[in-house]
Amino acid sequence: MNRSEVLKAIVPIISDELVICNVGLPSQELFLFDDQPSNFYMLGAMGLCSSIGLGLALSQYSKVIAIEGDGSILTNLGALPTIANNVANNFVLFIIDNSSYGSTGDQPTYTGKKTSLTGVAAACGCECVVECQAEDAPDALRAAMESDRMTVIVCKCQPGNIPVSVIELSPVTIRDRFVSEVERRAVKQKRVQKLTKLS
Amino acid sequence: MPINLDRRILDELIANDIEFVTTVPCKQLAGVILEIENEDRILHVPSNREDEGMGLCVGAYMGGKKSCIIMQNTAIGVTINALSTLIQFYQFPLPMLISFRGEVGEAIACQVEMAIHTKPLLAEMNIPTYHFHNPSDVEEFGDILKYTQMSKKPVAILTDSNFWRGGG
Ligand SMILES: [Mg+2]
Repeated sequence: MNRSEVLKAIVPIISDELVICNVGLPSQELFLFDDQPSNFYMLGAMGLCSSIGLGLALSQYSKVIAIEGDGSILTNLGALPTIANNVANNFVLFIIDNSSYGSTGDQPTYTGKKTSLTGVAAACGCECVVECQAEDAPDALRAAMESDRMTVIVCKCQPGNIPVSVIELSPVTIRDRFVSEVERRAVKQKRVQKLTKLS
Repeated sequence: MPINLDRRILDELIANDIEFVTTVPCKQLAGVILEIENEDRILHVPSNREDEGMGLCVGAYMGGKKSCIIMQNTAIGVTINALSTLIQFYQFPLPMLISFRGEVGEAIACQVEMAIHTKPLLAEMNIPTYHFHNPSDVEEFGDILKYTQMSKKPVAILTDSNFWRGGG
């Protein structure tokens, strides 16, 4: 399985969740498979997907999934100690590790050689790190979502791309509809809290 | 009585509903960082690099917490892409309280090298920039925070050695 097949397989799990999606092909593929206001597509700023995800998870109660790539997390490895030391149990960092820079033409990254992102995340202090093969990605992600524990998943898959077009949404539209979605969930949670208190 | 700048900056952050602050330290910023760390109304998440910090700030902002980054001017170079393709492109408000190292009073020659490029880089990026040189300049900090939210832009507040030494 390649990245696009992994993404397609996890769509039913992430469709209704807040998702921050890595720049380039991953965002274009997610946009193609399942565009939702609850998806924040990165159009630039390679490497900052995990950091946006953590900041969001620390600032509100809904679950947040950041979909990262091996190439992009390698450009911002400093994010991992910050994630490890500022635990947000509503946060799942899902790294699709195809050992290549997919969006630029599948040049190999170091994760296909000596570097293990699973080992890096664990060494940075992340307490719940799961490595899985592409076929097991939906199960691993579902388990992480149900665990209510901050989890880093490193999903190993094959390189390779499918033809996709660029995202035509304006960045401000992506931001606005995402923020509305975050606010809607926050209001809903408050209502549930109130009802639970009343009952 | 001299103004307690650290305290004053913290008070303005709180008065302007800044609930999330990320920092990369500088000697001049040590006092204000400590105030923020000890303040329950602000979530302080230290970052390892300033562009990472900008990502954190964006996430916090979208989660409903107004955010601020505190950093050194030496790091402006590593934040150009984040500023351009994230903060400016998506129009996120981001106050950047920046220690302006390499100005008069600086002890380390290397700091001057980035000081020279600080204002030209910010100008090239079309980033509204304020320079706090005298302690009384802090009076404008609250309004700059409001201006940042209104304009939905990154805004730089450069604070130099004279400002932190109390103008003496
Ligand atoms: Mg990759």
